[in-house]
Amino acid sequence: MAWYVDRAARVLVFVGGISAIVFIIGIFVFITKEGLDFVLGPLSLGEFFTSIAWRPTSNNPTYGALALIVGTASVTGFAMLFSVPLSLGAALFIAEFATGKTRETLKILVEMLAAIPSVVWGFVGMSIMNPLIIQIFDVPLGLGVLNAGLILGLMAAPIMTTIAEDALKAVPDTYREAAEALGATRWEVIVKVVIPASRNGLLAAVLLGVGRGFGETMAVLMASGHAINLPTSVFDSVRALTATIASELGDTVTGGAHWGSLFTLGILLFVVTFLINLTADIVVRGIRKK
Amino acid sequence: MVEVAGETAVVNGVPGPAYDEPPIIEVRDLSIAYRGKPALSDVTLDIHRHEIFGIIGPANSGKTSFLRALNRMDAFNTAMEVSGSIRINGKNINDWRNEYALRSRIGVVFPLPVGLPLTVYENVAFSPRLRGIRKRAELDEVVERCLTRAALWDEVKDRLDSLGSLLSGGQQQRLTIARALSQEPELLLLDEFSIAVDPVTTMRIEDVLKELRSELTIVLVTNLVQQARRLADRTAFFLMGELVEIGATEDLFEGDVKDKRTTGYIEGRFG
Ligand SMILES: Nc1ncnc2c1ncn2[C@@H]1O[C@H](COP(=O)(O)OP(=O)(O)OP(=O)(O)O)[C@@H](O)[C@H]1O
Ligand SMILES: [Mg+2]
Repeated sequence: MAWYVDRAARVLVFVGGISAIVFIIGIFVFITKEGLDFVLGPLSLGEFFTSIAWRPTSNNPTYGALALIVGTASVTGFAMLFSVPLSLGAALFIAEFATGKTRETLKILVEMLAAIPSVVWGFVGMSIMNPLIIQIFDVPLGLGVLNAGLILGLMAAPIMTTIAEDALKAVPDTYREAAEALGATRWEVIVKVVIPASRNGLLAAVLLGVGRGFGETMAVLMASGHAINLPTSVFDSVRALTATIASELGDTVTGGAHWGSLFTLGILLFVVTFLINLTADIVVRGIRKK
Repeated sequence: MVEVAGETAVVNGVPGPAYDEPPIIEVRDLSIAYRGKPALSDVTLDIHRHEIFGIIGPANSGKTSFLRALNRMDAFNTAMEVSGSIRINGKNINDWRNEYALRSRIGVVFPLPVGLPLTVYENVAFSPRLRGIRKRAELDEVVERCLTRAALWDEVKDRLDSLGSLLSGGQQQRLTIARALSQEPELLLLDEFSIAVDPVTTMRIEDVLKELRSELTIVLVTNLVQQARRLADRTAFFLMGELVEIGATEDLFEGDVKDKRTTGYIEGRFG
C-alpha cells in the first residue's frame, strides 16, 4: 500500500524541483535572447558602464547606465547601512532576550511587516516620508536616496530578522548552558559563543536582505524621485535599474534597440542577484557542514 | 580505610576529606520543583572540603536537579523553583551579587561533552579570558596545565587549533574537564560524566579525579554504583526526589544501611 504513495511523492518532489530549475534557466534564456540583439549591436560596454547619459528615446540615442547602477547601489547601500544593525538587533532580542508573549508578538509583527505590498511602501515613501523629510531637513524635495533607502531598509528588515533569528535559534542551548556554567554573562555568551556559532547564518541573512533591496522595483520607483543623476548627497534623487525597466518597457517598440537595452539592464540585474543568492547559498551550506 | 568524622583521613598518601573543618557545602531543606511538580524534597546534607561526594540513584531521582541548584543554574530555567538554603563556604549562594561570579568558581561537567564551538585551545582559554587574562604566555601556561591534568595534553598538543568538536567523544569529555579546571574551581560538579566514554578513558578520568581531590571538592553524580564505590568517600542515595541514605561509601556497600532500599539499589535489584 505504502510503496506507491512513496513513489508518487518522489515523482512529485522531483517534478517540483526540476520545474524550478527549468523556470530559472528559461527566464535567463528569455532575457538574454531579448537583449542579445542589442548587446551585439548598438551596445558599447564603455558607454554602458561609464556614461550617465541614459537617452534611449532621443534621435541620437545613448545608453549610459552608470547613473542607474549608482542609483541602485546607493539606495541599497544606504538601506543596508541602517537595516542590517536594526535587523540583527531585532533578531538578537527576539532569539535571546524576549520570552513568552513578547516573543510571539514580535514574531507576528515582523511577519506582518513582511506581508506589506511594495506599492504600499512606495505610497508611504511618497505621502508620508517625503513631506517629513522636507520639513525636518529643510530641503526642496524629499524623494531620493534617503527616502528610498529608508523604505527599502524597512522592506528588507523582516526577511533579515527572520533568517537571522533562525540562525541564532539553531545554536544549541547546551552551548549557552556550558558557557554560562563557566561564569559568562548573557552578553559574553552572545558575543563569544552564540554569534560566532551562527556567523554564517547571520551573513546569509544580510546577503538575502541585500538581494531583496536590490531587486525591489515599485517602492524605489515611487520613493527615489526617479531622476537620472549621480547623487552627491542623500537628499538627491536617483533612478534605479529596476525602476527604469518598469517605467520604460511599456513605451518601447518590441524588438527595438530601446527594448533590447532594457533587457540588457535585466541581464545585469539577474547576474548580480544570482551572484548574491549564490554567495548566500554557499555561505549557508558552510553552516551545515559544521 | 576512610575514617568518617574525627580527624582528616589519609588515603593512599593523599590527604582525605577535611571532616574536622566546617563543611564547604551546607544544604538545608532543599526542595526543587518544576512548575509545581516536585523533583527533590527536603534534602539536608553537608559536603566537606577535599571530599569526593557521590550521588547515586535511578533515573528521575533528582540528581541532576540537585547539581543545577548548587551553581544556580535554575536562573536558566524559569520553570525550576528552588527552596531551602545552600551555603558554600558559609555564604548563602543567593547572597552572591551575581550568579556569574558564583558559577565562575564552580566547574561543571555535563553527561554528554559540550565542546563550545571553538578550538581546543579556546575551549580551555575561555574561562581564563573571562577572568581577564590576556597575555598569550599566561594563557598558554593555563591551557597546557589544565589539559595535562585532564590527561589529554599528549593527545592534543599538536592540534590545539583544530575544533574541539573534532575530537573523539572520550577526548571531548576530558576537554570539558580541562575547561572546568581552567576555572580554578573550588568545587567540581560531575554529572554522569562517563555516559559516553569508553571504559579505558573512564578509568583514566577516574584517576585524574582521585588526584584532584587533594586540591578541590568533587560532587560526583553517577549512574554506575561501582564508580561511586571506587571514587566516593561518602555517598548519598536519591530515590524519586528523596534523600534515602547518606553515609561512608564503604559502609553502604557493605550493607551497613539504615534503609533496605539502598542495598536493593546497590545490588541492582531495581532502578
Ligand atoms: N527542565 C525540566 N523541566 C521540567 N521537569 C524537569 C526538568 N528537568 C528535570 N525535570 C524533572 O525533574 C525530575 C528529576 O529530574 P533529574 O534530571 O534531576 O533526575 P536525574 O536523577 O538526574 O535523572 P537521570 O539519571 O535520568 O539523569 C524528573 O521527574 C524530571 O522529569
Ligand atoms: Mg541526570
